[in-house]
Amino acid sequence: MRHSLALRIGPVAFRIGSAWRAPLDALARLYAGYPAPADGLCDFTVRLEPERPWRRFVRPSVAIRGDYVLPDAAPLPLAHGLLAAEMGMNLQMALGQRRWLLLHAATVEKDGRAIVMTGESGAGKSTLAALLGERGWRLMGDEFALVDLDAGTLLPFPRAVSLKNGAIGVMEAEAEPGRFGPRLAGTPKGDIRHLRPNREAIARMGERAKPALILFPRFGEAAAVRGVGQAEVFMRLTQASTNYVALGRRGFDALTGLVRTVPALAIDYPDTETAVGLIADFRRELAA
Amino acid sequence: MTGARLLVRALRDPGAIGECDWPGLVSAARAEQLIGSLAFRMEGRKVPERIEALFEAARRDSAQVRTQALWEAEMCRRALAPLGIPVVLMKGTAFHAAGLEASIGRSVGDLDILVPRDRLAAVEAALVEAGWEHVKPTDGYDDSYYRRWMHELPPLIHKDRDRMIDVHHTILPLTARPRPDAAALIADSVLLENGLRILSPADIIVHAAAHLFADGDLAGGLRNLWDIDRLLREFDSPDFRRRLEERARLHQLAGPVARALRLSHRLYGTPAAAGRLTLADRLFEARLLARNGWGQERRKLLRFAFYLRGHWLRMPPPMLARHLWIKATR
Repeated sequence: MRHSLALRIGPVAFRIGSAWRAPLDALARLYAGYPAPADGLCDFTVRLEPERPWRRFVRPSVAIRGDYVLPDAAPLPLAHGLLAAEMGMNLQMALGQRRWLLLHAATVEKDGRAIVMTGESGAGKSTLAALLGERGWRLMGDEFALVDLDAGTLLPFPRAVSLKNGAIGVMEAEAEPGRFGPRLAGTPKGDIRHLRPNREAIARMGERAKPALILFPRFGEAAAVRGVGQAEVFMRLTQASTNYVALGRRGFDALTGLVRTVPALAIDYPDTETAVGLIADFRRELAA
Repeated sequence: MTGARLLVRALRDPGAIGECDWPGLVSAARAEQLIGSLAFRMEGRKVPERIEALFEAARRDSAQVRTQALWEAEMCRRALAPLGIPVVLMKGTAFHAAGLEASIGRSVGDLDILVPRDRLAAVEAALVEAGWEHVKPTDGYDDSYYRRWMHELPPLIHKDRDRMIDVHHTILPLTARPRPDAAALIADSVLLENGLRILSPADIIVHAAAHLFADGDLAGGLRNLWDIDRLLREFDSPDFRRRLEERARLHQLAGPVARALRLSHRLYGTPAAAGRLTLADRLFEARLLARNGWGQERRKLLRFAFYLRGHWLRMPPPMLARHLWIKATR
């Protein structure tokens, strides 16, 4: 490939090849301070290439390819090349990762205890995790929680946080301007702006944590908290996992282990400040 | 060395791989669906830690691949049992079911079975009854094309398990020039303990060679050739070599089988009575190796030529013209 970049995020190393320079420049700026993979070895390859040869120049459009591909993934305009790279990395994890149980979840940690937040797109887990990451918690990841198949511990995967629409303004008020990527307007998911996790999150991305609470947040309702039974937690997490089925028995054992040992709550919240307050209460209860 | 060439070298002689373009090897292996086979070949060798972890995951993964493939075969057996007909597993599922060397790390996509042609309608009805559904509408051009000219039913997918089944009644499209003896394929098939059957050893190779060199455009061909290498090594004996020649002639596939022996010997060092490489073989070799260390396909023109050849093999020219016209205008 014409241009390439290698990146390590937590335990996973990627190499990203691109037919254009701009997406990788944007990626390098966003991931400034992340370590390069040792000896250039990587787990996954992402390729950003023109859908047809002439589309490198004429109305350039970026097809997201790599070791693992979705056959019908729509290409993105070159202006959204950074998003294409991010989607490409997510895709490799979702389709190809078999070393850990993968949950579509955001994770934050304090004193070695982690809260795993999962829910449908729009539930606000990314925003909540990003906000907590600026308020004394360590951000372990906003997209995937990696569960060790034997030990049940969580491995950090602190990718740049993908902020959408209203969440962009919330976080612009919290984090230094230098940590943001460009604002990508009019993507298939609306406006997107990426935020680099803070220095602590990057420095400690080799440090595991024990899951202490599973949280199902739901944005836009009056504040409410309810317990969730193990059967429901299990079902929800199978749906939140990208590789539960492919892992077979090991996936089942890891997931049931998690469900049996970690309490779970569902919370409704009208605004992020309320949610942050609720989570601070949980933490005090867990510590007590 | 990188890409497909490095992959072939690693499969053939894993001990000779030291310092190399590991990411390029992994990407090529994933693109060619050979990552599981490679992971087993590299087991116990000196491999950098990050790559070894990835190979280990691929090896574990293949146990699950086998379980799923065999379960799918069992579901099919149950659905077809009332018909009392021979059901012959083919390709990956057959290798796993029979525990052949070729199954080590072998990926499995669709379930491929062979049944007697005169029972095709009953098989289709029984599968639909058991939850398989047509992938494409059953009144369009594709459907009627399949039923009239192909060696298999239009693909069916199971509504709960999301797995495809290809139901064959022979091993080449009816429009292809060679006419394999489908009745002999079934008559000489071997019964397994689970009640399903696999082709006889010689026919397994004839089928693999037909699939690779007498049909299609050679996409993913390195894996099919790797199957052939593993199978030939496992079955090899003077007696078997004679038998393979006989069966290849019977099925009118002596040419593709001979080419399979030559190229398998050439790329994977298979011990086989392979003749000298022809000029055409070199084109096949170049096509098989057309992948770089980023996992990208290379040699666009050559690939296109093989794409055209694939259609040429499948159809006489007037039919090809009509087919391409319909495909282009819808």
